[in-house]
Amino acid sequence: MPPEETAITSTTDALPAKPIPVVDEASRPFFDGALQGLLMLRRCCSCGTFMWPVAGIRTPLRPRCVECFSGDLEWAPSSGKGTLYSFAIMHQVYDPAFAAEIPYNISLIELEEGVRMTCTVVDCANDELRIGMPLEVIFEKLSDDIAIPKFKPSA
Amino acid sequence: MTATSAIAGLGMTEMGKVYGRTISDFAGEAIALALEDAGLTASDVDGLLVNGNGSVEMVPTLQMSLGLEDLTLMNVMSAFGSTAGTMLQYATAAIEAGQANVVACVYADAPLSEGVSSSQGRYSGGSFMFEGLAGLPFSYGAYAPANTSYALALRRHMHLFGTTHDQLGAIAVGQRRWALMNPRAQMKKPLTLAEYHASRWIIEPLHLLDCCLVSNGGVAVIVTSAERARSLRQPPVYLRGFGQGAPGDRQRAEREPAVHTGAKRSGELALKMAGVKLGEVDVLEIYDCYTYTVLVTLEDYGFCAKGEGGAFVEDGKLGPGGSLPTNTGGGQLSSYYMWGFTPLSEGVIQARGQGGMRQVPKHDLVLVSGNGGTLNYHSTTILSTHAT
Repeated sequence: MPPEETAITSTTDALPAKPIPVVDEASRPFFDGALQGLLMLRRCCSCGTFMWPVAGIRTPLRPRCVECFSGDLEWAPSSGKGTLYSFAIMHQVYDPAFAAEIPYNISLIELEEGVRMTCTVVDCANDELRIGMPLEVIFEKLSDDIAIPKFKPSA
Repeated sequence: MTATSAIAGLGMTEMGKVYGRTISDFAGEAIALALEDAGLTASDVDGLLVNGNGSVEMVPTLQMSLGLEDLTLMNVMSAFGSTAGTMLQYATAAIEAGQANVVACVYADAPLSEGVSSSQGRYSGGSFMFEGLAGLPFSYGAYAPANTSYALALRRHMHLFGTTHDQLGAIAVGQRRWALMNPRAQMKKPLTLAEYHASRWIIEPLHLLDCCLVSNGGVAVIVTSAERARSLRQPPVYLRGFGQGAPGDRQRAEREPAVHTGAKRSGELALKMAGVKLGEVDVLEIYDCYTYTVLVTLEDYGFCAKGEGGAFVEDGKLGPGGSLPTNTGGGQLSSYYMWGFTPLSEGVIQARGQGGMRQVPKHDLVLVSGNGGTLNYHSTTILSTHAT
């Protein structure tokens, strides 16, 4: 990565909007659940293993159970409880919409169901983040139609 | 076992902030240079293996752009940064089976544009807006997926084993010392540990100088039979052993793919095929998208125990004059970023004894690693100046 970076300048007070997820058919149950305060995962109907619904940022809904290779999967809610598995603090501005929030955390949460998911922890200063700390899900409404999960330290 | 194939030609274009050229142009020049290096011509080529970092030009029609005719081996290959090694493996299999004789393996890309920061370029995810759950990470500001996922992996290693930035910095400083002896290196100034520490955070715990460069350019190698290579212009670089390791990642609690990588299995397979022991390796060319990648790969190859990589590298043994010469061209951290063709190209130069000021005196066995995804795909190749 070269040393220079694009300067973030603004001629108005309005910041660009942060990206809001676009719901498609495959992800609708996840986002419907989020609006109701549920963190929806995929669960194997055959062996009960829970999974994060997609394998990565450019991947479709998982077609098979990662444990038993069954193709019979369903949506099922997580307890919403987990621990902090790892975290990183973003300092680089890739999107001006996040410039005011730098430095902010990107975290991996390990849920009680054994699933690791990428998310962010709120209500916790960066220097208070500790691997293993107990966390619980909350939901932030980005619009009338979209809410996304975030995590906060457990009471 | 006795090597059946060898690298007979190496071609490297100008690399770095080289603007105004197409990816195909870099690929074509790299192949032309590799053929000239070998003493062959384009009409000798009957195999073409193409590797590109998600670009639109490194596709099957590259053959037509280059005017190559009557090929009997032709494919686009990708296991991300591990691909260079896997191409050598499949080229060798085709040559052994009599399916091809002269195989050109090429990587080229041009992610940099003049006046545009790499943070706004193709590798950083600014254009990765997807529908559904694929788009969710961007709502958290998780851009630059590679930087983010390697930062999370490194944090895990630091948590489990106490790995420090002094230790990671020793890798960056050592490779810069090598780069200063490489005319092709993009980074031309010395680097101190203090300067490494002072480099800004990209995504903590990754400093700027934990991260590789971004480069435009192309590299190609020509693979042919060991016998034919002996009659060509350059000293043959024999392909003695191959191995792959793709351990998978279910994103579940049972495993830690961030700290246990496929380098272990791929290294075991390649060494076994070559019939050599780790301790016999003279030169290491380790895939280094980040300083951490070098550290964790050394652990998984077995140069030290899991978790002891930091202490292992801290004394500078990887740098010039050290006991384990590693990334002797400066690597992707300090010289040029050509995916797996960065460690491979320097491995060929060292095995031939053509490293100039940076040549390692004993270079009979060179181990080259490739790594792709977030430590998900590994390849290991054993190069040698001797067929057995």
